[in-house]
Amino acid sequence: MAEQDPAAAAAAAASGSDSEDGEDGERRHRQLLEAISALSGRKRRKLAERSEASGQVSEFNVTCKGAGEKLVLSELLQPIHPKSSLGSVRKELARVKRKAAVELPLSKEEAKRVVREAAYATSSKEVGKWQQVVLQNRRAEQLVFPLRQDIATVTPLERVTSAWKARTPLEQEIFGLLHKTQQPVTDPLLTPEEVASLQAMSLEEALRRRKELQKARALQSYYEAKARRTKQIKSKKYHRVLKKSRRRQALKEFEQLHKSDPEAALARLEELEQLRMQERMSLKHQNKGKWARSRAIMAKYDLEARKAMQEQLARNKELMQKVRVDPPEEEPCEVPEEDTTALPLPTAASGANPWMLGKPSALALEPEAQEGPKDDTVPGAVENKDEMEEEEEELSEEEALLQDFKQKRRERAGSPKGHSEEHGQKQQLVGADETEDSAEQPRDSPVPPACAEEMGNSPVPPDCSEEMGNSPVPPGCAEEMVSSVLEPPPQAQEQLLLSERLHRMQTMEDVERLAKEEPVEEQEKLVAPRPRKQAQQQKEGRAGDKHTKKTTAKRKIISLEAVLDGKPHEMDCSSLPVVLEEEEGGIEQRGMITEAFAGDDVVADFRREKRKVEEAAKPQPVNLVLPGWGEWGGTGLKPSARKIKRFLIKPPPAPPRKDRYLPHVIISEKRNIHAAAHQVSELPFPFERHQQFEQSMRTPVGSTWNTQRAFQKLTAPRVITRTGHIIQPISAEDIPDTAPGSGARLGAEDMPQRTAVHRGKGGKAQPRGGKGGKAVPRGGKEGKAVPGGKGGKAQPRGGKGGKAVPKGKAQPRPHRVQ
Amino acid sequence: MRVKVLSRNPDDYVRDTKLDLQRVPRNYDPALHPFEVAREYTRALNATKLERVFAKPFLSSLDGHRDGVNCMAKHPKSLSTVLSGACDGEVKIWNLTKRQCIRTIQAHEGFVRGMCARFCGTSFFTVGDDKTVKQWKMEGPEYGEEEEPIHTILGKTVYTGIDHHWKEPVFATCGHQVDIWDEQRTSPKCSLTWGFDSISSVKFNPIETYLLGSCASDRNIVLYDMRKSTPLKKVILNMRTNTLCWNPMEAFVFTAANEDYNLYTFDMRFLESPVMVHMDHVSAVLDVDYSPTGKEFVSASFDKSIRIFPVDKGHSREVYHTKRMQHIITVKWTSDNKYILCGSDEMNIRLWKANASEKLGVLAPREKAAMNYNQKLKEKFQFHPQIRRIAQHRHLPKSIYCQIKEQRIMREARRRKELNRRKHSKPGSVPLVPERKKHIVAVVK
Repeated sequence: MAEQDPAAAAAAAASGSDSEDGEDGERRHRQLLEAISALSGRKRRKLAERSEASGQVSEFNVTCKGAGEKLVLSELLQPIHPKSSLGSVRKELARVKRKAAVELPLSKEEAKRVVREAAYATSSKEVGKWQQVVLQNRRAEQLVFPLRQDIATVTPLERVTSAWKARTPLEQEIFGLLHKTQQPVTDPLLTPEEVASLQAMSLEEALRRRKELQKARALQSYYEAKARRTKQIKSKKYHRVLKKSRRRQALKEFEQLHKSDPEAALARLEELEQLRMQERMSLKHQNKGKWARSRAIMAKYDLEARKAMQEQLARNKELMQKVRVDPPEEEPCEVPEEDTTALPLPTAASGANPWMLGKPSALALEPEAQEGPKDDTVPGAVENKDEMEEEEEELSEEEALLQDFKQKRRERAGSPKGHSEEHGQKQQLVGADETEDSAEQPRDSPVPPACAEEMGNSPVPPDCSEEMGNSPVPPGCAEEMVSSVLEPPPQAQEQLLLSERLHRMQTMEDVERLAKEEPVEEQEKLVAPRPRKQAQQQKEGRAGDKHTKKTTAKRKIISLEAVLDGKPHEMDCSSLPVVLEEEEGGIEQRGMITEAFAGDDVVADFRREKRKVEEAAKPQPVNLVLPGWGEWGGTGLKPSARKIKRFLIKPPPAPPRKDRYLPHVIISEKRNIHAAAHQVSELPFPFERHQQFEQSMRTPVGSTWNTQRAFQKLTAPRVITRTGHIIQPISAEDIPDTAPGSGARLGAEDMPQRTAVHRGKGGKAQPRGGKGGKAVPRGGKEGKAVPGGKGGKAQPRGGKGGKAVPKGKAQPRPHRVQ
Repeated sequence: MRVKVLSRNPDDYVRDTKLDLQRVPRNYDPALHPFEVAREYTRALNATKLERVFAKPFLSSLDGHRDGVNCMAKHPKSLSTVLSGACDGEVKIWNLTKRQCIRTIQAHEGFVRGMCARFCGTSFFTVGDDKTVKQWKMEGPEYGEEEEPIHTILGKTVYTGIDHHWKEPVFATCGHQVDIWDEQRTSPKCSLTWGFDSISSVKFNPIETYLLGSCASDRNIVLYDMRKSTPLKKVILNMRTNTLCWNPMEAFVFTAANEDYNLYTFDMRFLESPVMVHMDHVSAVLDVDYSPTGKEFVSASFDKSIRIFPVDKGHSREVYHTKRMQHIITVKWTSDNKYILCGSDEMNIRLWKANASEKLGVLAPREKAAMNYNQKLKEKFQFHPQIRRIAQHRHLPKSIYCQIKEQRIMREARRRKELNRRKHSKPGSVPLVPERKKHIVAVVK
């Protein structure tokens, strides 16, 4: 290969040589020869001979044959094959040569700026891909947050516990205890011991136990049901019988006890005494209970009631009586104590008050039968407890239940005693409650005077009860606060979302008052031309201020009435009377006009119309005449004149018309100032025409007028958030319409354009500056859905920057002042 | 004889279960239900009144700091946890459900200037006046451990703010320049500067997370691109911007809280004029935070009140204040869109409802339906003067009220003067400058 190359070079040189001049040709010829000689296998190159003296001798054996010749770059490249890659390099070189000198590099600042600009362009483009998503979200009827609903996963307990370690001494101690018993943390919930014990139990035993348990449960439920039933019995007779039987039972028991164990009986007696003392201290069985009072009322007329009352009083006395006990038998210490208290009391103080009685009239040897059972229960319970405690050590819960149950059954089987005992107790408790109630009652409810009379010692003074009846009635609400607040200029007011005051509304009354405040101000507003308005007029008046009056005329109120009627406005009717103002020097014009309106008598028409309007505005009489009432009715029969006169109600005459002295003017008096305070005076922002707005008002959203589904749809909230869920910022994955749509949508907008939404809203926010500054047609629907749009009235938006002015009132009649 | 008997299909009136509501057959004939507008108007009026009566936004105050609360941070994973840093260098972690402080750390000497939680919620960062950046574990120290930061970075200059990247282990601090740090390193990955003034706040864009916004005390707002490590654009306003917040639902929108009592919502792509100027405050606005739905934001002001602005409205829909609340330095909107937290000078953090009259707790379906209906009615009749008046009424402390009045007069006078000037000069010589353009000095590329 090495040999071939020079050969090829030689061949190339040979082929290229033709075009060169003769001198060169010679040289090349030599070269060729050399090349050929090189081909013949001699690798070593012959050194070039120096044939003549030359100043330019190279130590690298490079001779410069043509001494004065300039080396040309193209020549250096020449010998190479024209097809070689260097061809392109050559071209490049040529181009470089043609270029001027390199410019100075940019200053550091500028370079940075360029970088910044480029970066800003790219990043704003990247951000711009969100444009569609943002617009869609702004326009959305409903947004549900969080956008991505991920299901909360509960980490299993094992994982949590395995990661956790006991560190504090307390934790370690607890852990140690738990581990000692090998308390399982997870599923089986049984310690190994428990498992073992379960396994130890044989099948039959288990079955038997289960049966027992079942039986016990059934019995328990039965017992409970019965107890509930008996508890609910209200029959007095039943209770009387019950009480009596209980008393008898107690007596019997006591006697038995007396026989069998006198000491125990004595102890029992003492206890009874204690109870009696307690009873004495309490106010039971006095005539203050609800029952007693009711009896007291009845006693006048009813013998039985009187008897019952007396019985009760007797019982009271009996209870109150101090038991004269023989010192040797009873405890000695108690007696002197009692005596000391008794001694200073005058004996004849009062017969009625048992407390004042120094000496008891009779001895109540027999313990109170009613009290008997009460203490009877106590030892029984103690016994039960003892028994239970003995056994409880080994018994499990079920067994305890069983035991308890057996006990109960035994009691019931033995006698209805146990049962009645309980009742006795309960009865007493109820009685106590009653007395407490009765003690408190006077405070709660004023006692009727009759009742108070009858019960001589009623603690309630009548005036007291009266006092109770009087609730402090607040004096009438303070007069309305006249707000001396400066009204903000209407433009500003319209923009403000809040009206901030110095006083706080806290109740509905305050809110009501707030509502009432409005009409005054509204009227003021209506009466006094506002400075802001004037300013506006002045501004307009700069061009030509002839139409200043018309601007006020233009104000039209969207009335609730109009909405309710739904009738076309009178304004829309066709015949427009044209009233011409007298103008000096307009004779020619007048002539022209008379010529133009030669046929029709405009003035007469107008007069006629005015009369019609006047008629219509007069208050109409209300006809309440009903034919056939009080007289014959039927076809052809008219109600009598008397009746008509009576039932035709004439309204009071209307106040004089404002235009009564103005023959050329009709001033409509339809506008009700009182109603105007409740009406919308300007077309609100998203609406374009007042019809649209009225339509939106007219469609009800309530469930009274809509089906359930429609109601739900109509009242769906705009933003739904879920309680306790974190709302993350939006990300590319959150966008609905997944894979194909999202990518496309995110990247859809190449270079974002400033959207109409901002403009429109911006225009609203700064009406002062931005009004009419730019006439940008609003594209599409704004963030707020237009309610009127539902009615199929989606008009294209007009190109107004600021407020949308209802177009309907663009051409009012010339002299009609609304 | 044939007897015709009235018969009905039991399916029409028999309930499936006892718990179902009785089906009430209704005739929707409009003739049977007259005066719909008047009736709905009354309902709307009542709903509006009730809304005002039940507007009790204040829930509780978290006290425990021993100096003014200077910064707060939300926990990204837990709704009930919030962090706060005070002017004495103390950081507290609060449990909102218990309304208790669960942890206290003496984090810095001097102010805690800024704090932010890591996106995973395992740790948080604080910067302070002692020129350090510290990373702390979110959970308290184990038994026997000391309360120590995980990492501490000693800087050369004071850091005034910090924010964490939303997805990557990268955070940004600001001070003399905006530094972007890798969590693993002790020197910043890159430092971004443009001009020489102290930067008061830096915030990452939550959606396009490589974007940063910062505001400096030479009245400008600068945007940066983290990937190219270059600033993008600078907008200079009339007065200093205290802080800014990106909209979490709209990648290119951010709101700046300015010293000139206003807030400016910008579209990042069109910085020449703000999309909206929000004005209602009567003193410098110190902090702003977006609601997670991106529909509203809350702003804290030096005038001792917080206000809630809808993003597309120029004025606030709500103002909260209490007698004891002083200058509010920091405010946060919780990430379930229900509550607002504000930290103020007088060492308290206050918890407010975002919707003042909202009933908290679970609502029965019928209750919910009634609420929705009332809401809709209020919306429908909002333009009626009586209803608007009631709905807009707010109580204000005297100081704010008077200031508002004063400023209204001043504004009106200025406007009048301009009007007069325009009237008496050659047409076109006094141009109409829209409000949005008034506050922008320049945009620097």
